[in-house]
Amino acid sequence: MTITITRTQAPVVIDEDKCIAEKGCTVCVDVCPLDVLAIDLTKNKAFMKFDECWYCMPCEKDCPTGAVRVDIPYLVR
Amino acid sequence: MNTIETEYDIVIVGGGTGGPMAAVKAKEKNPKLRVLLLDKANVKRSGAISMGMDGLNNAVIPGHATPEQYTKEITVANDGIVDQKGVYAYAANSFPMIEELDRWGIKFEKDETGDYSVRKVHHLGSYVLPMPEGHHMKRVLYRQLKRARVEITNRVVATRLLTGPDGEIAGVMGFDCRTADFHVIKAKAVVICTGAAGRLGLPASGYLFGTYENPTNCGEGHVMAYHAGAELTNLECFQINPLIKDYNGPACAYVTGPFGGYTSNNAGQRFIECDYWSGQMMMEFFNELEGGKGPVFLKLDHLAEETISEIEHILHTNERPSRGRFHEGRGTDYRKQMIEMHISEIGFCSGHSASGIWTNERGECSIPGLYAAGDCASIPHNYMLGAFVYGKFCGENAADYVSGVAQSGLDAGQVEKEKARVYAPLGRTEGLTPFQVEYKTRRIVNDYLQPPKVTRKMEIGLQRFDEIREDLQHMGAADPHELMRAMEAHTIRDCAELAARASLYRTESRWGLYHLRVDHPEKNDADWFCHTNVTSDANGNAVFRKREVEPYVVELNEEEKSAYQRLRVATPAAA
Repeated sequence: MTITITRTQAPVVIDEDKCIAEKGCTVCVDVCPLDVLAIDLTKNKAFMKFDECWYCMPCEKDCPTGAVRVDIPYLVR
Repeated sequence: MNTIETEYDIVIVGGGTGGPMAAVKAKEKNPKLRVLLLDKANVKRSGAISMGMDGLNNAVIPGHATPEQYTKEITVANDGIVDQKGVYAYAANSFPMIEELDRWGIKFEKDETGDYSVRKVHHLGSYVLPMPEGHHMKRVLYRQLKRARVEITNRVVATRLLTGPDGEIAGVMGFDCRTADFHVIKAKAVVICTGAAGRLGLPASGYLFGTYENPTNCGEGHVMAYHAGAELTNLECFQINPLIKDYNGPACAYVTGPFGGYTSNNAGQRFIECDYWSGQMMMEFFNELEGGKGPVFLKLDHLAEETISEIEHILHTNERPSRGRFHEGRGTDYRKQMIEMHISEIGFCSGHSASGIWTNERGECSIPGLYAAGDCASIPHNYMLGAFVYGKFCGENAADYVSGVAQSGLDAGQVEKEKARVYAPLGRTEGLTPFQVEYKTRRIVNDYLQPPKVTRKMEIGLQRFDEIREDLQHMGAADPHELMRAMEAHTIRDCAELAARASLYRTESRWGLYHLRVDHPEKNDADWFCHTNVTSDANGNAVFRKREVEPYVVELNEEEKSAYQRLRVATPAAA
């Protein structure tokens, strides 16, 4: 095996107390142009799965409960 | 992983700006047509205007500007190399489109008499119309798509066009970036609205997705059209923009200019007379950066509080609203500091320059049944409103075209070949990752293709891109999402090679910084007052030709022709 995992801090942060993915909500996952968000099926909460963010903010603006915050990626900040 | 076969009359690839308009207009023209809007993201929030737009940059509104005047402006901004018929067709349909968008519920800035509040940003005429509430753009478009009963398929990445026995369009292929299902979509016409090739150069921040363009827009339309035998044009006319350093979004002089903001050097002095983005303007910007007077800044700190509040409202709620958060993090306040700017990585984007899939004034490409609109198509300086106008042309003309032709049969060979190409990375558990291949390609684009263009560097770049073509055969993808990035790496490599080859072909300098050839520093009208077109030959090699500039429909005098050569402020005055 020649594949390694490089750790990176995700710029999109989900407030799990506010996230209502367990009720079937997938709004942030649906609207992301880069398709980088997903639902963690063990926790039933949204999370950023891929560090490929344009910091464009549909996920934050369209979230019905205000659970999503888009930070500027560290390399850009 | 299933193979899903469907059939439509018209497929529109790309649901950002021009795409939704093309779909709605095709259905309005003939409601019986089966029209599919295909998007690799979600139409609700896809494309360059994902978060709306802060204004129209090219509104041709009676009483403020005429189509003739606008056509002149774009002609000189492009050093004379334009299809004036195409620019004029846009300009003549600009106002009816604004009125239609107004009826659809888009809010434009109006004065107390109800007239549109047009501002002057360009060198000669006035075409900028602010949209302080422009964040609702995508919602308005989506409502129209539903009204017109356009079918929508999200999260499918289109990769290749299908062609019939005479080279005509027969459909489009792609795959689902969540399931990896392979889609074979038969269609009599395809409208490409895939936006810019915006993931070509590497942003100075080093963050792969910190591009000026929405990074979904990586040049798939350009590459699909090219491999189907269509002509691309003027690819050496790169897009390079003056942007907020590191944030890599517009600063934005179009918004702030009419309020009194301007681009300045490190002494706070204005050095260009006009902030409208052109190759000549970028040349002066580059000269200032390199000439010891950089960094270059956006200067707003001399403006009144209420003016700055209004600017902040527009810039921090539209188009790239995270601008405000970026400034907050850096501790920069428009009231107190100038905003550091830089020049962007290169890309292909007709919205701001003049490159793309060649189209005529009807939105038709060089192969039957293929249409293109917006940043991927060749009508220059088209911006959002141009994407709408040409989306309309494409939708209506494609609707007429499909009523007169039969669906071409499916060529199983084309399908099998593409399916094998697309699925290859999924079969490799070892090998290079798409991230690595993309990063290296784009780093080499910066090293060797970023202007000033040097012949020897371009040649080395081409050698590297040839090597990366081999690397693509050793790239693995762990899941459908990574497969999307893998196929994008193919696309980005193809665009990089075409950018280098087109740059080498035109042995002169033109369009300011966009095509500054160090080995051929002068503009050479005798040999190069022409477009350059490229197609793929039977062996997949790029073949270039000169395409003559068609006779102008609006003549220019000598004074007008050289207007964009006089952008530098004669004697810098203290601000």
